[in-house]
Amino acid sequence: MPTLTIDGQEITVEPGTTVLQACEDVGVEIPRFCYHERLSIAGNCRMCLVEMERAPKPIASCAMPAGDGMVIHTNTESVKKAREGVMEFLLINHPLDCPICDQGGECDLQDQSMAFGRDVSRYDENKRAVADKDMGPLIGTIMTRCIHCTRCIRFTEEVAGVPDMGALYRGENMQITSYLEKVVDSEVSGNVIDLCPVGALTSKPYAFTARSWELSKTESIDVMDAVGSNIRVDARGNAVMRILPRLHDGVNEEWISDKTRFCYDGLKKRRLDRPYVRKGKKLVAASWNEAFTAIQKGLKGIDGKAIAGIAGDLADMESMYAFKDLLAGLGASRVECRADGADIDPSNRAAYLLNGGFEALEDADLVVLVGCNPRNEATLLNVRLRKMVRHQGTRVVNIGNAVDLTYKTDELGDNLRLLGDIADGTHPLAAELRAAKKPVLLVGQGALTRGDGAAVLAAVYAIADGYCQRDGWVGYGMVHAAAARVGGLDLGLTTKGGIDAILDDVEAGKVSAVFNLGADEFDSSALANAFTVYIGTHGDEGVRNADVILPAAAYSEKSGTYINMEGRVQRTARAVFPPGDAREDWKIFRALSEVIGTRLPYDTLEALRAALVKAVPATQTLDAVPSADWKPFGKLGAIKEAGVAPYCDNLYMTNPITRASDILADVVAARFGGADGDAEQSGETGTNG
Amino acid sequence: MLKDQDRIFTNLYGVHDWGLKGATARGDWDGTKDLLAKGRDWIIDEMKTSGLRGRGGAGFPTGLKWSFMPKESDGRPSYLVVNADEGEPGTCKDRDIMRHDPHKLIEGCLIAGFAMNAVAAYIYIRGEFHHEGNVLEAAIDEAYDKGLIGKNACGSGYDFDVYVHRGAGAYICGEETALIESLEGKKGQPRLKPPFPANVGVWGCPTTVNNVESIAVAPTILRRGGAWFAGLGRENNTGTKIFCISGHVNTPCNVEEEMGIPLKELIEKHAGGVRGGWDNLLAVIPGGSSVPVIPKSVCDTVLMDFDSLREVQSGLGTAGVIVMDKSTDIVKAIARLSAFYKHESCGQCTPCREGTGWMWRVMERLVVGNARVEEIDLLLEVTKQIEGHTICALGDAAAWPIQGLMRHFRPEVEARIANYNQLQAAE
Repeated sequence: MPTLTIDGQEITVEPGTTVLQACEDVGVEIPRFCYHERLSIAGNCRMCLVEMERAPKPIASCAMPAGDGMVIHTNTESVKKAREGVMEFLLINHPLDCPICDQGGECDLQDQSMAFGRDVSRYDENKRAVADKDMGPLIGTIMTRCIHCTRCIRFTEEVAGVPDMGALYRGENMQITSYLEKVVDSEVSGNVIDLCPVGALTSKPYAFTARSWELSKTESIDVMDAVGSNIRVDARGNAVMRILPRLHDGVNEEWISDKTRFCYDGLKKRRLDRPYVRKGKKLVAASWNEAFTAIQKGLKGIDGKAIAGIAGDLADMESMYAFKDLLAGLGASRVECRADGADIDPSNRAAYLLNGGFEALEDADLVVLVGCNPRNEATLLNVRLRKMVRHQGTRVVNIGNAVDLTYKTDELGDNLRLLGDIADGTHPLAAELRAAKKPVLLVGQGALTRGDGAAVLAAVYAIADGYCQRDGWVGYGMVHAAAARVGGLDLGLTTKGGIDAILDDVEAGKVSAVFNLGADEFDSSALANAFTVYIGTHGDEGVRNADVILPAAAYSEKSGTYINMEGRVQRTARAVFPPGDAREDWKIFRALSEVIGTRLPYDTLEALRAALVKAVPATQTLDAVPSADWKPFGKLGAIKEAGVAPYCDNLYMTNPITRASDILADVVAARFGGADGDAEQSGETGTNG
Repeated sequence: MLKDQDRIFTNLYGVHDWGLKGATARGDWDGTKDLLAKGRDWIIDEMKTSGLRGRGGAGFPTGLKWSFMPKESDGRPSYLVVNADEGEPGTCKDRDIMRHDPHKLIEGCLIAGFAMNAVAAYIYIRGEFHHEGNVLEAAIDEAYDKGLIGKNACGSGYDFDVYVHRGAGAYICGEETALIESLEGKKGQPRLKPPFPANVGVWGCPTTVNNVESIAVAPTILRRGGAWFAGLGRENNTGTKIFCISGHVNTPCNVEEEMGIPLKELIEKHAGGVRGGWDNLLAVIPGGSSVPVIPKSVCDTVLMDFDSLREVQSGLGTAGVIVMDKSTDIVKAIARLSAFYKHESCGQCTPCREGTGWMWRVMERLVVGNARVEEIDLLLEVTKQIEGHTICALGDAAAWPIQGLMRHFRPEVEARIANYNQLQAAE
């Protein structure tokens, strides 16, 4: 372990630490532009120069490994001069258009020029102007501002895994561009906006809509998938202006998917902002009282056994808990959260969690994907898998659709019967799993929605139990795509036969009333025969056959508890208020319970949460990865010969918010071709889009 | 003056056969097997004894460089890369070696490669050297045919391959790590050091990058002994060197001479003297475009070797001697070099990318005098802001010519500014 001296302070650091990191450890801040701790080292901005004794010239601290006996000075005259020199060079061809730049107020160049910049420019020549590039509907470019740090190139190449960005020309004519000025073909491309230390790459949809200092910043959780990315919701007035990632090494590191980042305009469009009641064929706007009365009338004479509830993919646990309570008050116990029809047994937590969590998963040396396309279903999990492949050479084996996951996978075909062969050891993969240090099986929802989910799970259990268990290592995880799913399963919102049985019973007249809590991912015309109450946020699929619509709050408008696929309990926070007459879901149920059924016993969110903790003790501990007891799951049976249908056809359009988003519609058109997109681009995209 | 029997490059002017027959007649490939039989350590020690310093410009001791290569492979192969991307303005020595004496280089590759346990040599040749590349490839084919390289090279039991890789003519690809990037098929941009190529080089394997001349002289040094080479020239600046004399001389030429020959003697003996006589000399750039210019007063006495030229704040560089007589517009000449460096900057790191353009623009104005006197100091400060702050040495190379100009010809620049302002005022 090398020991070095930085500005007179001695510090011992891990081998492989850079001088810059060592400086940070002793609390000496080093200015930088190109260095980013999650990207490879480029060393090209030269802002981090420091003086090293016995070195003839200043060294780039970001790239220099700390060595034993090094003596580093960061506050000498020569270091100051070097940094000022670099800063001056960066500024001579920078347009200095901060007043009209979206990065203004949160710009690295602006901040550091306060420390190292001159007050007056000495550059009398003409400045360079660079033509802007078209990088698609998300990334706006003002390339004259570019300082050529190459963070964006390194990100797309290393993290996103698409070689879509690069530099053209050389010297002062060097330009950053996307390949042939095509859209950056990645589902995490928006992160380059955050990475850009200046205003060269900015958010196109956010352009010129707000200044960073006008925004109220709310730390929250994303619900676009079951990863539970930590986000910051920036709002002005009652409008969400943008969504940014927050650092969380255990979950999303510091990236978010484009869906997470750009779904926000969907929060303002097609919103349900007042209750509606169906009169004849038409839905008519109504007051809350009228809506409640209509529900009371609609339920008249319907037995509790003929009432069913369906909880959607975005529901928070408080809502689902109150929902379940409300229906219980009506004598109804049939509440289903698996609107996709996945065959998951809720009695065994280890069966439906990604055991150990994302961070521990990184230790795996052999990953077997079963009916799972993490690139579409859990984008940031895919980013992590790519990191494992890149950094540790983790081997990924795919049993399911062959898709481009941005890293090398060994494809074993999509016949899930293979699982049986592996389980009984006749397939060579069994031996490999046994030989691996930390093997893991990741099962996706695509493998569980074919009707033989229980049998698939039983086979998976046999493999995981037989080959993947190591001391303290549960080599099994389920990959979810819906933010609400783990919470719903924890609340036990499952019914015999799942959603298909409910829909069949509706058709058969055995179920005559359905409460739909924001479930839009199934064909709601199946509910035409039943009296349907839709509680949700958007005028989407679920309202088509609804008889009463109650407007609810979206995830940005309430504090709600979600459990991600690791079992990590996290909470959203209210950034803005729900639009119009819309209310938080649990409050709707509490109010409705006074009109129908039994009055719910909680008046505040705290009281509700206390009740929730009693029902699901796991919700008490926030932001921790739980461990679940390893015990058998699934039910032995025949596995179908059929292939695995893609669980998620279009990764950008997975819930009512995303479907309401014009930005995401533009992305779909730009990447996959669409109504107004270029059909030429729809070819090999690798995302089944 | 170098005695004929001490010359290494006996076909520098191409009057004899460059082929294998001619080369063996001149003593190449003589007893190569025996040299290899003496072992790695002996070769490296002998190279150290010879005091040979790298001929590509930086002057790093060659034997020492070879000794940095791993003795035992950790599973990765080692490579020798020969830098034949000769792009330094004023320099054309490697070109003549490759077209007139290619077997010296190929034999050198084998010996150097053997000494550093390399499996192959890649000769990265400048794309513009089309004919030279063809000659080199033909010579390599000859050597393969005779079993001199390839499997069991020279019967030594050692397998060694030599490849020619043609570059595309970018100046920056002559920088060793940029050359490695280019060889790997990437954009030619220098890498950060550490790690040094001896540890992580081409395709991540241990690599030594040597100049053509450094490699080509190695066989002769080993045959005649390091002590012979060390006996030529001065201490720490030993041996012979090819000087490329161009510009305002009567007979521009390449010539192999002893290190430390006085500049005046070099020009008068070999290049027919300065056009219009020694007194018509204005200045000399002694080591290729990137070293600072020296005025006549210095040229009168200076010796042509690494240390002597460093003492006068210039450098030997590649020994491309650019002679300028009094008809030269020295400011314009240096401005032209600034344009060259601006054009050839790779654009990777900030000081060089932004600074070379700035310097060139100021220099262009100084050529006509359209500037303020203070801008001379500003320009010098800009050169200081670039120098030593870049990833590779191209930043320094861009800064030094201007520093040299201002060191010796500042009055000329100031006079131009005064003259220009006078004319402007008169109008």
